[in-house]
Amino acid sequence: MSKLNYDEIRDWYVSNFNTFENNLNGSLDVPFHKVRKSAIAKFEELGFPARRHEEWKYTNITPLLKEKLPLAGKSDRFSAADLAAYTFEGLEKNLLVFVNGQYSKELSNYKNTVDGVIIENLASALKNHSDLIADSLSQYANYDDEAFVALNTAYANDGLFIYVPDNAEVEAPLHLLHLSDSNDGAFFSNTRHLIVAGKNSRLKVVESHHGIGDAICFNNFVSEVVVMDNARVDHVKLQDEHSAAYHIYNLQAHQEKESVYSLVNIDIGGKLTRNNLNVALKAEHCEGHLIGFYMGSKKQHIDNHTAIDHAMPNCYSNEIYKGILGGKASGVFNGKIFVREDAQKTNAYQDNKALLLSDDAKVNTKPQLEIFADDVKCSHGATVGQLDEEAIFYLRSRGIPKEKAQSMMQYAFASDVFEYIPIESVREKIDHTIFERFKTL
Amino acid sequence: MITIKDLHASVEGNQILNGLTLEVKPGEVHAIMGPNGSGKSTLANVLAGREDYEIDGGEVTFNGQDLLEMGPEDRAREGLFLAFQYPVEIPGVSNVNFLKTAVNEIREYRGEEKMDAMEFLAYIREKMKLVEMDEKFLSRSVNEGFSGGEKKRNEIFQMAVLEPKLAVMDETDSGLDIDALKIVANGVNKMRGQDRSFIVITHYQRLLNYIVPDVVHVLVDGKIVESGDKDLALRLEAQGYDWVKGEQAAATV
Amino acid sequence: MSSEQQIIESRIKSEYKWGFTTDIDMETIPKGLNEDIVRLISAKKNEPEWMLEWRLKAFRHWLTMTEPRWPNVDIAPIDYQDAYYYAAPKQTEAPKSLDEVDPKLLETFEKLGISLEEQKRLTGVAVDAVMDSVSVATTFKDELAKHGIIFCSFSEAVQDHPELIKKYMGTVVPYTDNFFAALNSAVFTDGSFCYIPKGVRCPMELSTYFRINAANTGQFERTLIVAEPGSYVSYLEGCTAPMRDENQLHAAVVELIADRDAEIKYSTVQNWYPGDENGKGGIYNFVTKRGICLDDNAKISWTQVETGSAITWKYPSVILKGDNSVGEFYSVALTNNYQQADTGTKMIHVGKNTKSTIISKGISAGKSHNSYRGLVKIHKGAHNARNFSQCDSLLIGDRCGAHTFPYLEIEDKTAKVEHEATTSKIGEDQIFYCNQRGIGTEDAIGIIVNGYCKEVFKELPMEFAVEAQKLLAISLEGSVG
Repeated sequence: MSKLNYDEIRDWYVSNFNTFENNLNGSLDVPFHKVRKSAIAKFEELGFPARRHEEWKYTNITPLLKEKLPLAGKSDRFSAADLAAYTFEGLEKNLLVFVNGQYSKELSNYKNTVDGVIIENLASALKNHSDLIADSLSQYANYDDEAFVALNTAYANDGLFIYVPDNAEVEAPLHLLHLSDSNDGAFFSNTRHLIVAGKNSRLKVVESHHGIGDAICFNNFVSEVVVMDNARVDHVKLQDEHSAAYHIYNLQAHQEKESVYSLVNIDIGGKLTRNNLNVALKAEHCEGHLIGFYMGSKKQHIDNHTAIDHAMPNCYSNEIYKGILGGKASGVFNGKIFVREDAQKTNAYQDNKALLLSDDAKVNTKPQLEIFADDVKCSHGATVGQLDEEAIFYLRSRGIPKEKAQSMMQYAFASDVFEYIPIESVREKIDHTIFERFKTL
Repeated sequence: MITIKDLHASVEGNQILNGLTLEVKPGEVHAIMGPNGSGKSTLANVLAGREDYEIDGGEVTFNGQDLLEMGPEDRAREGLFLAFQYPVEIPGVSNVNFLKTAVNEIREYRGEEKMDAMEFLAYIREKMKLVEMDEKFLSRSVNEGFSGGEKKRNEIFQMAVLEPKLAVMDETDSGLDIDALKIVANGVNKMRGQDRSFIVITHYQRLLNYIVPDVVHVLVDGKIVESGDKDLALRLEAQGYDWVKGEQAAATV
Repeated sequence: MSSEQQIIESRIKSEYKWGFTTDIDMETIPKGLNEDIVRLISAKKNEPEWMLEWRLKAFRHWLTMTEPRWPNVDIAPIDYQDAYYYAAPKQTEAPKSLDEVDPKLLETFEKLGISLEEQKRLTGVAVDAVMDSVSVATTFKDELAKHGIIFCSFSEAVQDHPELIKKYMGTVVPYTDNFFAALNSAVFTDGSFCYIPKGVRCPMELSTYFRINAANTGQFERTLIVAEPGSYVSYLEGCTAPMRDENQLHAAVVELIADRDAEIKYSTVQNWYPGDENGKGGIYNFVTKRGICLDDNAKISWTQVETGSAITWKYPSVILKGDNSVGEFYSVALTNNYQQADTGTKMIHVGKNTKSTIISKGISAGKSHNSYRGLVKIHKGAHNARNFSQCDSLLIGDRCGAHTFPYLEIEDKTAKVEHEATTSKIGEDQIFYCNQRGIGTEDAIGIIVNGYCKEVFKELPMEFAVEAQKLLAISLEGSVG
């Protein structure tokens, strides 16, 4: 695609912002509106990233830039009865549903029972809790060099605001269900989540993403997660979108002293997925886990860019990423570990493995260490290969047919990732979904 | 049970089996002994159907069927079991899942009802006693982190679970201390019966004190050069393999 | 401050021992770079027309290019017009034998530990000695000629073996390859040429010693090694330069061609002047080294010990085109003070059953930055390609940086690629253990670092390995804690 088209499409997204503003009715007065304006200006400066951009070397987004996509409209194709396919056992009463980026009160099913906890969709929270939000929203996810974050910051008008005050525990895991419907035409949606977990608090969040329709969905997400002193947030994300979805997801987690943040990120759907998952360990004795699994077939493209920033001493990070690719699928894993000058006694571990199952599948891996402190223990390992032929022969010699032996081995390859999912019903359902999906590879 | 006729096999262009002929009848235990490199393990792997081995000639009939035509899983379903010399570690696959899958695949092949989880557990517990296996073992990954002895016991345990017609034991005694050897031998002896045969491949006579064979064969350069009763094993132990090699050389002169 | 740190501080101030200058009449050409300069260099070397044409094509292409900015290094802007592109010790006529070589030159190389007198050489190592822009002398040429081996300066090869130069030059590193390769192709002045005929196993190590002497001069040498089917050669290169406050540019190109069943082993001990303890001066070492395993069962092995240069930017690479061909890269890169190194390799697997191994040991001390950057590319159709990479970093002190940027691009499902990287520091317990056995801290550090680099040193020819260990100890002086 020529440069002109990049500019043209960028200008389209910039000019559309006026229409968006005019439809915000009332939200123009909130302090956040200034941030929106500066974000759209930044986006205009940055434009969409081209392949010559080092961070986009292996991911080509030009198919997404062929059409001038309008902002997402409403859809009423999903009924409460449809949701059963997407929900997890035991989490049906903690369900927050978003359709095409907009919160759906009708489909959601949630009642807050903990004092001081705020769980409210962003559009209304921007009005009702503007001060609390101003403290955190867009304070962590930097849009200075990330066009998609800039775009989301400018356009996002809904999502979820979760605020857990100090010492509170939200026992029941929350389920954030994201549905897309592009049956009425292609669209562009922005969802923005803000999660603030106060000191000594506990929270579990499960996100899942699904969709229907043939036209392009450009789903652009940003989540900011703030984990204060000694708090623990467990985060699970399942991306199983339909084959017309372009799923772009930027996560910025910010950790304070002695906090724990764990993300298990699973990508098995969508046409093109790009995750930028950033975890900043900003105080001592933090623990961060980035666990991921991806699986692609046909022409799927799945790109995970992760960064763990050890800014302070005595922190521990653990990253495990596994991928299985068949058909003409391609995968990208880019895992950065930064250990800043002050971050002595850092312990950082990264392991990523990929399996290629077909002649046309490919994977590009770049595990990257940048170390500026000497008293650290850092290691990364990366392997790409096939299933162990010896093990398959062993299974076959016990009477197990070849195909089954292969899917058992694929499952075995992936299974340690699932063990990190802290909610049993979620683990079992994901586990089952993936095992079934192996057959399609 | 099994008839091997003039079998020739090679690995990466190296001829290993050179016209091996052997017949094992139901209920018999045959021991195959031979020096290093004589083709013992090749025989075991060829029978189990490993793809790295090229069959250059000969035939193998197993219960009236052409064994060499079958894939490894079908050989297992027909009742052939190989106790591996080096059992493979499979991280992430639990023993219980592995065995349940194998048992049900074999049952399905034979037109039998699949076992449900409860039935299977009851069945498997019974078998565990045979080789003095601990219950905890079931949830561990196949052979992962097992000691050499544990791996070999696991092979015998699997044999007990899968109830084969013919078990080929490839140097199951290597690396075992005397206690483990007794447990393994005991497991095999309990399984001996009119309809089940064994081919016990070993380098040393020691194992044959515990698993007493009906016939002992000596394999040299990919061929059986001598067959006899269990006393042949004792003679080999006392005089070494040079004795048979020498005899063979004399015979060819 | 701990006693260990004191030792570091004191040793950091140790001097570069190869920093002397040779006072000799030099012939230079005007400063600056343009087509006339390119013509002048070519004329100085009395080159045939085709060589000049090639230089000019490269120069015109270079004009269209910009300096790469992707390496993880900070470079002060380079003024390409403010340098001399040709400098040669003045000689009325080319020396016909060693006796005619200026004794001052012989003395210089003697002082660097490189004797050019054949009878003084202890072991069978043939040397091509290059100072600034020209080759001073090449030893053992006659002995080698008996085996049909050609070992001479690049300039001589252009005159005497034009058909070989025309056939191979630029086939592995075309002049369009990158900014510095284009620059080199336009202005290269000398270097070595080796040709090993079919089936010949080179009876001695071949080596080139590069010396920068003149000030404000860039050194642009070109080395070409051709190993015909079934042949074998082991080649070594070493380099030093005087201490000067200005940065000097060294942009070399090395091309290796290994045909069917041939093997080339290429070892480098790079000890260009690294600049002083405040980061002033030093060589900019921007080198393009690449080999191709042209046909089946060929093997190319790179071993490098990099201790010098203010900035090093080089990636000795192998294109594994022939089936079953083998590529290896063994590297020790040590940076101290303000040195910066961005080095690694590219292993490009094209043929079937190709195999590559990468062992990289980075050691950062002082305020230096050391980056490993490597690419393992398995092309579709490179069935059963195998790669194993191990990239370890050792940090000495808390003001330095170690970085690892491995790229793995895999397009064939039968590939097996394994990459491991670790970062660590010298354990206090290790030092204490040595102390307790009566070994001083300084020696303990030497022992530990040498142990850490052992996998690489064992790949070096014996004589070089000893040199490398000594060099490492000296470069490390005062850096360990």
